[in-house]
Amino acid sequence: MKQFKAFVRKEFYHVFRDPKTLLLLFGMPIAQIILFGFALTNEIKNSKIVIVDYAQDEASRRISEKIEASANFEVAQKLLSHREIEEAFKSGTIKMAVVFPNKFNYHLNHEGKAQIQIIADASDPNTATTLSNYANAIIKDCQKSLVPAGQKGLNINTEVRMIYNPELKGVYNFVPGVMALVLLLVGVLMTSVSIVREKEMGTMEVLLVSPFNPLLVIVSKAIPYFFLSLINLTIILILSSTLMEMPINGSLFLLYFASSILILTALALGLLISNSTDSQQAAMLISLMAMLMPTLLFTGFLFPLENMPMPLQIVANFLPSKWYYIIVKSVMIKGLGWASVWKEILILMGMTTFLVVLSVKKFKIRLA
Amino acid sequence: MEKEIVISAHKLTKKFGDFIATNEITFKVYAGEIFGFLGANGAGKTTAMKMLCGLSIPSAGEATIAGFDVYRETEKIKQNIGYMSQKFSLYEDLTVVENIRFFGGIYGLSNKELKSKSEALIKTLGLEKEVDKLVGSLPLGWKQKLAFSVAILHEPKIVFLDEPTGGVDPVTRRQFWDLIYDASDRGITIFVTTHYMDEAEYCDRVSMMVDGYMKALDSPENLKKTHGAATMDEVFFDLARGAQRQGD
Repeated sequence: MKQFKAFVRKEFYHVFRDPKTLLLLFGMPIAQIILFGFALTNEIKNSKIVIVDYAQDEASRRISEKIEASANFEVAQKLLSHREIEEAFKSGTIKMAVVFPNKFNYHLNHEGKAQIQIIADASDPNTATTLSNYANAIIKDCQKSLVPAGQKGLNINTEVRMIYNPELKGVYNFVPGVMALVLLLVGVLMTSVSIVREKEMGTMEVLLVSPFNPLLVIVSKAIPYFFLSLINLTIILILSSTLMEMPINGSLFLLYFASSILILTALALGLLISNSTDSQQAAMLISLMAMLMPTLLFTGFLFPLENMPMPLQIVANFLPSKWYYIIVKSVMIKGLGWASVWKEILILMGMTTFLVVLSVKKFKIRLA
Repeated sequence: MEKEIVISAHKLTKKFGDFIATNEITFKVYAGEIFGFLGANGAGKTTAMKMLCGLSIPSAGEATIAGFDVYRETEKIKQNIGYMSQKFSLYEDLTVVENIRFFGGIYGLSNKELKSKSEALIKTLGLEKEVDKLVGSLPLGWKQKLAFSVAILHEPKIVFLDEPTGGVDPVTRRQFWDLIYDASDRGITIFVTTHYMDEAEYCDRVSMMVDGYMKALDSPENLKKTHGAATMDEVFFDLARGAQRQGD
């Protein structure tokens, strides 16, 4: 136990004395969160649109105000002819036009249904879809407030429903993804590099010659990184809930529990990588290659897995990050509990157990 | 009176595929002895030493260290040996005293022992002013003296030194050897590899490895006599003339 304490203390010295490690450990999650949260978002903000209001009545005005109030849109001009709208699209000054026909309010109240025309610049189909979805969501929202109590059958011609993320916020996707990415990357990188460094420096030989149990070498290396990863996770959660308004609807304990399993996976993977190389650079490169690409591609937070061809979907099933991502989304956004995610948690635990056993078995107790 | 045998190797062999790194070496080392293990680069010194330390499993042959078998009793061997690797073996990002505490700690020394030993060690080496400096900032000679002192901190029966004086100046080397003599006087058996022939003169007995074979084993005086040589250098050249393997 005393030996163990000495070893863990030494590991903490390593971490806190190496500016590179510290930067990697704490700089990366912050940078990732900010990058993905603000810069690399698929959310569209301040898009120039035009509202063409031929009706100029109460209902149209209320909807217009709501649209103007949205941070997604920058409403440019107000009254244009169809020709002028076309010109505006051609010159690229607007991305979308919302057109209220004459007597909008009248149709709505007397015939029970009215139409709003949404014209979007579909030369960029993703943006167009997103923008029209935003507009639909706002109109849908207004529609409810326009209906006097007890009256039924008012119908503005849109039927889009976005559950869990009615505002189509990008962070809902990115934060869980970044959590998976950061925990995996940091864990794998830290463990593999720190073990390989001992090999490179020649201190591993000294450790293996000492009566210190080689398995304890692994465990004492894992402990500091395990705790630092949990701190990391806390930083991400605080940042994303304060800066990005990411909700944490479910149990915090469940969230940390699932994260702990993922961290263990990462540590085991790092150990596995450290077995196959003797240089820190190689370890770093392998960790990045092995973690970054698959996690980005197959977790589901950049590219929806449902749209992938079957073989790739099968590949994704072998990635721990995919299951972790599902758990985190369910817990944070939908507020689901153990009952709903136990399957994913079991799968994740299975993978982790497999990797831990494999990597401990492969760890070379002797040098040759 | 029979001298106590602390290392005994019989036809110890290590093969890597077709390559025979050490070929049936047989020798004994007695308690308190300074045993020089000489040879050119690639002659099989380090491989042999790793087998004796339990870092590497022999392909054939037998060996006991402090009476324990290298195949089955490596854990007991580890309790009884110290080791200083060819590469510098302390943590550069830890201070002098942290290194001492760490290595003392993994050998299971008590806090009291650690305290008295580290104080004595720092005094012997004259490192009072450097205790809280990072080891990385010390000159190489001091690092190596410190590494040696740390390797024998737990008072092992045998200490294995793998080319401990590589790259340091003659004065520091001389000081290093003073530390080795001190340890030997305290009864610690020293097993040292080197390719500096002047250092061979400091040993009680030396063995010469050539191409994985142990070509000679005797005291420096006797070796010089039998080879009609004035220095160990000449003995070495005489023995290594037929060597096939080039240094790596």
